[in-house]
Amino acid sequence: MEHIRTTKVEQVKLLDRFSTNNKSLTGTLYLTATHLLFIDAQQKETWILHHHIASVEKLALTTSGCPLVIQCKNFRIVHFIVPRERDCHDIYNSLLQLSKQAKYEDLYAFSYNPKQNDTERRNGWQLIDLAAEYERMGVPNANWQLSDANREYKVCETYPRELYVPRTASRPVIVGSSNFRSKGRLPVLSYCRQGTEAAICRCSQPLSGFSARCLEDEHLLQAISKANPGNRYMYVVDTRPKLNAIANRAAGKGYENEDNYSNIRFQFVGIENIHVMRSSLQKLLEVNGSKGLSVNDFYSGLESSGWLRHIKAVLDAAIFLAKAIVVENASVLVHCSDGWDRTSQVCSLGSLLLDSYYRTMKGFMVLIEKDWISFGHKFSERCGHLDGDPREVSPVFTQFLECVWHLTQQFPQAFEFNEAFLLQIHEHIHSCQFGNFLGNCQKEREELRLKEKTYSLWPFLLDDKKKYLNPLYSSKSQRLTVLEPNTASFNFKFWRNMYHQFDRTLHPRQSVLSIIMNMNEQSKQLEEDIKDLEAKIKQCKNGILTKELLHAVHPESPALKTSLCLKEPSLLPVKDTLRAIEGSSPADNRYCDYAEEFSKSEPTVVSLEYGVARMTC
Amino acid sequence: MEFAELIKTPRVDNVVLHRPFYTAVEGTLCLTGHHLILSSRQDNTEELWLLHSNIDAIDKRFVGSLGTIIIKCKDFRIIQLDIPGMEECLNIASSIEALSTLDSVTLMYPFFYRPMFEVIEDGWHSFLPEQEFEFYSSATSEWRLSYINKDFSICPSYPPTVIVPKSVDDEALRKVAAFRHGGRFPVLSYYHKKNGMVIMRSGQPLTGTNGRRCKEDEKLINATLRAGKRGYLIDTRSLNVAQQARAKGGGFEQEAHYPQWRRIHKSIERYHVLQESLIKLVEACNEQTHNMDRWLGKLEASNWLTHIKEILTTACLAAQCIDREGASVLIHGTEGTDSTLQVTSLAQIILEPRSRTIRGFEALIEREWLQAGHPFQQRCAQSAYCSSKQKWEAPVFLLFLDCVWQILRQFPCSFEFNEHFLIMLFEHAYASQFGTFLGNNESERCKLKLQQKTMSLWSWVNRPGELSKFTNPLFEANNLVIWPSVAPQSLQLWEGIFLRWSRSSKYLDEAYEEMVNIIEYNKELQAKVNVLRRQLAELETEDGL
Repeated sequence: MEHIRTTKVEQVKLLDRFSTNNKSLTGTLYLTATHLLFIDAQQKETWILHHHIASVEKLALTTSGCPLVIQCKNFRIVHFIVPRERDCHDIYNSLLQLSKQAKYEDLYAFSYNPKQNDTERRNGWQLIDLAAEYERMGVPNANWQLSDANREYKVCETYPRELYVPRTASRPVIVGSSNFRSKGRLPVLSYCRQGTEAAICRCSQPLSGFSARCLEDEHLLQAISKANPGNRYMYVVDTRPKLNAIANRAAGKGYENEDNYSNIRFQFVGIENIHVMRSSLQKLLEVNGSKGLSVNDFYSGLESSGWLRHIKAVLDAAIFLAKAIVVENASVLVHCSDGWDRTSQVCSLGSLLLDSYYRTMKGFMVLIEKDWISFGHKFSERCGHLDGDPREVSPVFTQFLECVWHLTQQFPQAFEFNEAFLLQIHEHIHSCQFGNFLGNCQKEREELRLKEKTYSLWPFLLDDKKKYLNPLYSSKSQRLTVLEPNTASFNFKFWRNMYHQFDRTLHPRQSVLSIIMNMNEQSKQLEEDIKDLEAKIKQCKNGILTKELLHAVHPESPALKTSLCLKEPSLLPVKDTLRAIEGSSPADNRYCDYAEEFSKSEPTVVSLEYGVARMTC
Repeated sequence: MEFAELIKTPRVDNVVLHRPFYTAVEGTLCLTGHHLILSSRQDNTEELWLLHSNIDAIDKRFVGSLGTIIIKCKDFRIIQLDIPGMEECLNIASSIEALSTLDSVTLMYPFFYRPMFEVIEDGWHSFLPEQEFEFYSSATSEWRLSYINKDFSICPSYPPTVIVPKSVDDEALRKVAAFRHGGRFPVLSYYHKKNGMVIMRSGQPLTGTNGRRCKEDEKLINATLRAGKRGYLIDTRSLNVAQQARAKGGGFEQEAHYPQWRRIHKSIERYHVLQESLIKLVEACNEQTHNMDRWLGKLEASNWLTHIKEILTTACLAAQCIDREGASVLIHGTEGTDSTLQVTSLAQIILEPRSRTIRGFEALIEREWLQAGHPFQQRCAQSAYCSSKQKWEAPVFLLFLDCVWQILRQFPCSFEFNEHFLIMLFEHAYASQFGTFLGNNESERCKLKLQQKTMSLWSWVNRPGELSKFTNPLFEANNLVIWPSVAPQSLQLWEGIFLRWSRSSKYLDEAYEEMVNIIEYNKELQAKVNVLRRQLAELETEDGL
């Protein structure tokens, strides 16, 4: 509360940046410890979590007031006009402080209280059990074992305690390889394909420089190769562009010297680094932030940002990985520089292509926990949770979600979850409301005691499962066991619902997904109604039969007949099954506003550079 | 038999057919006067049944004695035939070339086609101007049917019957026709029942360099105005282009003579610009190996979605003038047969729910395209693969259908028809067994005796069995005006047309089928609930007695 000087400002305007005529809402702006809240004249609330704020800008004073522009990490852009400059300045300063925390304990997750007791909290955290996941893969088995080498994080601080390694890998081999790899991130198991033993392993780049080698590392790769009896060779997939890998040699790092590793095939798949990706996303957002954007500027901007090129590169790498495992039955070792960004992307997406379990809601959570959280993707640094080095911020996980979204577009029946599920996960990597994505590795999360002080996101998503189900999901289809996406360039498109999630004028007014989901819900209700009605009809028929018998026995008893009639249930009220088309009410359409706008006697030339997708009576 | 002269080799064995998504098939190739037919050796069923009129261009190559013909179709499909024997290949190629570019319309397949189905409804009489007028008559008495053009002498590209203001007599119409390009005087396009405002369309005024005027023209369009309200003239050319037209006798309405009208220029491209755009787009979509930057660059360079945005923007403007400003609108370009019709059609789809039903949309195409004189024969003679320098080809109708698809995708519950319906119309506009899209206007269709000698597309498509394939299961009728977003982020490449042969739609089709199943199951349940409720009510009534 020490950062909040002004808690309430009235007569604030909220601009719709894509409105055709600079429409705005007038309301009151409230500043709380965790959120900025705008309530407009119709009592509609707009909540902005402080942790979502990426930047706050106070623009030059205008006749209508002082503009305040807030850009959020979930790509929302909010444009306020505050009547008095002093109030605007106070809000601005407060937001600067509140949106950048210095300590983890100041993040929302440590104060968020969903009214659960400690047992419920613990159960929420235990929902995902990675040991159970490895068992599902059939590990440990004859070829793979659980190593206790990192039980106390002695081998690698950014890895989980539990490492699965080839059974033939001895402890000296593990320790030796760890010392030869960047950050100690030695090759370990990520995924094992049941039935064939082909495996996905991951690690960081070797510290080979121009000539260094390590016998233990070579032995470990041999052990990985031998753990797959189905193929004599294995792949090492370096996810970096080759030039980048070569350049790293000057710093004493680099890539595997092929001469020192036998039965191994090397492949570079060319995914750019975190700095290129950060810059690419910035350019993408700049393009889409333009009002009055022309089609050509949109596509040339999309091209020059390189964003879709990067998405394609990530997906192509995952496909290479999946094909190596399925078609060649080869094991694959994936790495990049430190093995926590591109490596996580490729391993998780490759696993998703291979295993339909990861396309279920629960399985997707497991996948994120295994390949991202437990293997030390630096969520707090990449998402800028704390006030730190902006050069460490990068949309690596966003790209992963976008690749999954592209897969759902090509295979609409293959995923149990829908787009809203992906958007919600994206929301919460930035919201700092739950503990899953705080910190940069498992060791750090343990030190922060997150499982005792914060809540897991996953049970809350599962509690809301209805909202996230894909109504077209077909779990019975065996043909979709391994996905084979088409990555021709024309299959990639701009993800409007991610980057314009809050710009509703750009969205279809009617959502097919919502309609089908509602229809499924309605069908379930109708099935219940049918059971009820059939039971009542049966009851009525029994009543008639009873009455007939009674009539036969006591035809002269009118009093009894009357009492039977009184017991008959009334007709069920007719359920209103009509679905109102979203936006069909005048208020929601802002129809009145438009009518007023066009009642002017001398209208200007009507501009429709940005059409508004609405329906009006 | 004239076709026999063009077919030197009617039959070749051991021909191998390559087409998208199928494995190569070997069989016997037969060439008839109107079709290319390939029968598979294995099960003796036809593997390919291709209308010559669907062929846009062919390439031929030779390796030794094996010839290969690449057939590029107007629906953008590319088929390859491997033909043993150089002479056979050359003969087949030259025959295909001749038969796919016949000069005489009466030699085309619709004149020979005999329907396999029972004709329930004569499509040639399903959507007449008299029926449209009847629909309007219940709302207004200010309009009348005019038969001044019954012999097409006033305006060769107009139908015999048009709807004009009642206060304007036929003699005045004659004068107005002389003042408008091609004789295309302003006629009623759409009447907005909600507020009585109208859309009219015409050709450009022939003001020339001397600023010529026509008082009857001014009176005609003023007849549609309300007291104290101004109207809007929407010119689909830029001001610059409109000004240059004066040197050729054309021009635009002068403010001094039309004081109650405000002129707005909304530039929409035409002819070779659109054709070039289509060629570039199809070329980009057919290339599988583009890297991402090249693909996005080519998509941009094609300008296709820019045209979509321009057309939709203008249609939204027209609709906005009608519905929001309560003003009447006159729309024209140069001739008034291309971009004008795109705008008037789309404005009606935005404003009028009836035009989003299947019959309503068919009526719209009849009224605003066929009867309005869009020159289908010229525009659809060739498609994206033609290399000739003819200047009349342009994908005007396809752009309109694409705009409808954009709106359909933004309002998926507001259209009775689905995407397949639009694709079907695209296909039949370019190559068809039906005569509906033959000819350039009603006058030509009359001379060709199409109604007597060919079958109407509507006769086939409006059969219940066919309609079910084109019906949108999500459709819910409503009376709302629908305003599409024209932001670049909201417009998308129409994959069902442009990527149809580049990538399989198997998974998308299966998902669509599942969606249909969900909807039909829901409807079944609702029907059952209603039946049970009635039963329960009846039982309770019996008890009451």
